[in-house]
Amino acid sequence: MTQKTTEARIELRVARYRPDKDREPGWQEYDVPLREEWTVLDGLNHLKDKVDTTLAFRWSCRMGICGSCGMNVNGEPRLTCATFLSDYAPGPVRVEPLANFPVVRDLVVDLTDFMEKLPTVKPWIIRDDDALPDQDGEIDGEYLQTPEELDAYKQFSMCINCMLCYAACPVYGLDPDFVGPAAIALAERYDLDSRDQGARERLDVLIEHEGVYGCTFVGECTRVCPKHVDPAGAIQRYKLKAAQESVKAFLLPALPKRLRGGR
Amino acid sequence: MSEDLTYRRPISTWWWLRKRSYFLFVMRELSSIFVAWLVLYLLLFVRAVFEGEEAYRDFLDRASSGPLLVLNVLAFGFLLLHTVTWFGVTPQAMDLRVRGQKVPKGAILGAQYVALVVVSGFVFWLVAR
Repeated sequence: MTQKTTEARIELRVARYRPDKDREPGWQEYDVPLREEWTVLDGLNHLKDKVDTTLAFRWSCRMGICGSCGMNVNGEPRLTCATFLSDYAPGPVRVEPLANFPVVRDLVVDLTDFMEKLPTVKPWIIRDDDALPDQDGEIDGEYLQTPEELDAYKQFSMCINCMLCYAACPVYGLDPDFVGPAAIALAERYDLDSRDQGARERLDVLIEHEGVYGCTFVGECTRVCPKHVDPAGAIQRYKLKAAQESVKAFLLPALPKRLRGGR
Repeated sequence: MSEDLTYRRPISTWWWLRKRSYFLFVMRELSSIFVAWLVLYLLLFVRAVFEGEEAYRDFLDRASSGPLLVLNVLAFGFLLLHTVTWFGVTPQAMDLRVRGQKVPKGAILGAQYVALVVVSGFVFWLVAR
């Protein structure tokens, strides 16, 4: 058997952008072996290793948990480590940087915008009694939770910040001020946590125009999410909460914020 | 600070033709205009009924004229799209729990169509009796 010479190959059309040379991105075609167990990321790593060392892309774990290797494959935001070349045979496979983000180089995008937005929704546990010492003078950080209480937010805690949802969201593409799917889903994750008391603080941020109301329920974020987080669902529920809050504020204007709502 | 060399890709005006799901979304948004038109048309119809027999006959004559008929058939198509697409996404927006268990999507979807049939039946009975 002359397996080496008959090995199937597939064409990768890779978007290249070299900021020091190019004024705008262009395409470069490569041939990579088409092996049943090879993902798009394996193809890129093969290129980087054997063909073209100048190719730039992000990756880390190769097992769908680090969230680094998100790219647009044939126009769809995908984790390239979980996207098999054989599913695109006979090719070619178009590989582009994630949509809606500025391109730094080749397949690498600039995520600064998300990194700045994420802390504004306070994705951590907020307690009224934070840092209050107990009878023994110690700060006790243990808050027990039942399986049902865990179940209430678990789905939203699976987010790996891979940014596929932002790449799929036309609202974010057209209006980069929109807080975006993953950040709102993470806000919901902490709101639904029985240990958390910060719902009120988060609502103040998300009730703004660029918060939940920016979303027009396209639903693509949920469709592309590799972790089944359902950001679209989280945002619609948040809208309901925000609307209830507005009605309460209208009916009971005299009550201080704390008594009216949140948890 | 050095110059910002990142490349910002422009978004095409036709982005919504790129994917089936984007297209359906834009059609769903567009359907709201036709829903608004049908509401207005219904109000005009009610007004004609109140104004007496002649106005009512005029209204029916105009309703069967070519352009208006085409518009209303088109509007009805969009109304159907509006109903089906919004019913379709409702289970995603609602987190209904009965005794700690999440209500399945099919149940919420089914309940909406049952409600639609019941309300439509009631309206039909009201008009036809």
